[in-house]
This record gives sequence, C-alpha cells and structure tokens, in this order.
Amino acid sequence: MKPRVAVVTFPGSLDDRDALRAVALMGGDPVAAWHADRDLRGADAVILPGGFSYGDYLRTGAIARFAPVMAAVREYADEGRPVLGVCNGFQILCEVGLLPGALIRNRTLSFVCRWIHVRTEGPTEASAGLAGGEVLQVPIKHGEGQFVASQEEMGRIEAQGLVAMRYCAPDGTIDERFNPNGSAHNIAGLHNETGNVLGMMPHPEHAVDPDLGPTGGHAVFHWLLSAARDRVHA
Amino acid sequence: MKYRFELIVSLKEGLLDPQGKAVQEALPTLGWDNVSEVRVGKHIELLVESDSRMEARSQVEEMARKFLSNPVIEDFVILVADTVQPAKGPR
Repeated sequence: MKPRVAVVTFPGSLDDRDALRAVALMGGDPVAAWHADRDLRGADAVILPGGFSYGDYLRTGAIARFAPVMAAVREYADEGRPVLGVCNGFQILCEVGLLPGALIRNRTLSFVCRWIHVRTEGPTEASAGLAGGEVLQVPIKHGEGQFVASQEEMGRIEAQGLVAMRYCAPDGTIDERFNPNGSAHNIAGLHNETGNVLGMMPHPEHAVDPDLGPTGGHAVFHWLLSAARDRVHA
Repeated sequence: MKYRFELIVSLKEGLLDPQGKAVQEALPTLGWDNVSEVRVGKHIELLVESDSRMEARSQVEEMARKFLSNPVIEDFVILVADTVQPAKGPR
C-alpha cells in the first residue's frame, strides 16, 4: 500500500502543488489538506509547504501557528509520524516550537533564488532521521532563511545532533563561502530529537523530476515515504 | 475601561539586524554621516478592555511573550498610553 502524505495549503502557500506532485512521483499517495481542516485525512505523513502563509504578517509562520490544522500536525509530531516543513513550513515548525531556533532575514538582505548544495548529517542513534553523508543539489528561494538560536540552544542542537543538513561546497566541504543566507553553523535543515520532524529551507519538491534538473530532493522524499511506510506496517 | 498600549518589538541585541544595518549604511549617502546603532523594529498599538490598568498590562505582557514577539530572536517593551473613557470612543 502506498503511504498517504497530506500536503497542507495555507492561504499564501505556493509550493503545495509541487509537493503533491513530488509525493506522487516518488511513489506516495498525495492528499491535499486545507489550513482550516481539523484532521489530516488519515495520512501517514504531512508536509507543510513553502510560500508566504498569511502574508508573513507579524513574523514568518507566526499566524499559521494558530491554524486549526496545526493541532493535528502537532499530534502527528508527538505520535512519531513524519512531518516535513519546507521553507515557510520550516519557519512554521520553529514558531510552533516543534523545532528549536528561528529564521530571520538573510544576512545579505536580499532574496536568494538559486541552486545550492547541502550535506546531510547522519541521524542520531535515537532517531530515524534523514541518512547522513550525502551531498544534495537543491534549490533555495527565500528572503528570511537565516537560522539563528541562542548560544545555549545552539550548543544543545549540536550536542544532540539535531542538524539534518548544512550548506556546503559542491564537493561537500562545509564552508562559510557557500552559506547563502548567513545561517548559524551553515544550518539548512534540522530535525527534532526523535527524528520524525524535519524542517529545511531548500526545496526538495522542486528537485525530484530528472526531466527538470537535479534530483537532490529524492533523498528527502525517500526518508519521508519510508518513515511513512513504517507507520503503515506498524 | 479601555486602555491603550504600545508595544515595541526589536531584534535581540546580540543578533545582527540586517535591516538596521542597511538603513544605517544608506544614511551617509544622504549626508547624515554621524548616525550609528540603527535598529529597525516593530510598533504595535493595542486597545484592551479590562477592569484595571494593571490587569490589562499583564495581559499585554502575556500576549507579547506568547505571540506578538518571538522570544528566541526578539525583545519587547510595553509603553502605556492613555486611558480611553467608554463615552468618548476610540481616539
């Protein structure tokens, strides 16, 4: 049975359709969910897509936190089901407190839209996160993607191995010159302690179709779908 | 009684404020070359209906902590403005 993956559309979401298409291309059963929904239609996993939910008013992701659907998303996260937040979805996961830290305006002040490389970090033994040591070519497109956290929080993030991926050179070297937005420790993505919640600024859903370019997004969807499949068979 | 409050939300001091920096760098090009420490923040006005000013203020503080600011990256200051008499209506 194909794992069912819900993609939540908030007012102002942009990448929901690409995310639905990517789920189908990668072998999942996509189902559209709406921000006002109370449940996620029996899905095994959920994606919070990129965009500008509620116009980014107040702060990115701040208003989305109160959407009715977010109670169900939190439940999924607590139950250990896979939750993927991309770009605005990552910002929402930080605002909700499912992931630590916050995302602020890029250090350069400019909106960045280009292909970059990230290197994945292995999951901790306690978690079932994304596989480590891979260099993925994926696009970014954001104005507020600079990851920040307090010094203690950053210490905890590194000590617990919560970094899922860092911006890197094409050969995988972690280098400040390849940090597109000034993120602390080159952080491009994080997972929670249990590894079932992943937030990332790059867009895996735009990098799955070989006819359209690099396919760095495959690794992320493999993780999402295999974690969802484990839930189906559990 | 209705109490008017103003809330100033700014990026925490340790954090680089790219907007403030851009504004600061623009000022000398217009001839103002004696300005430093420019920070750009948010200004929020609120009218709170409550039994007392104290009660209203503590509610504003809670709202600021839980929603109107993000404690991970921002600090806030509450300014108490005027009391609005019910008969007068807003402003």
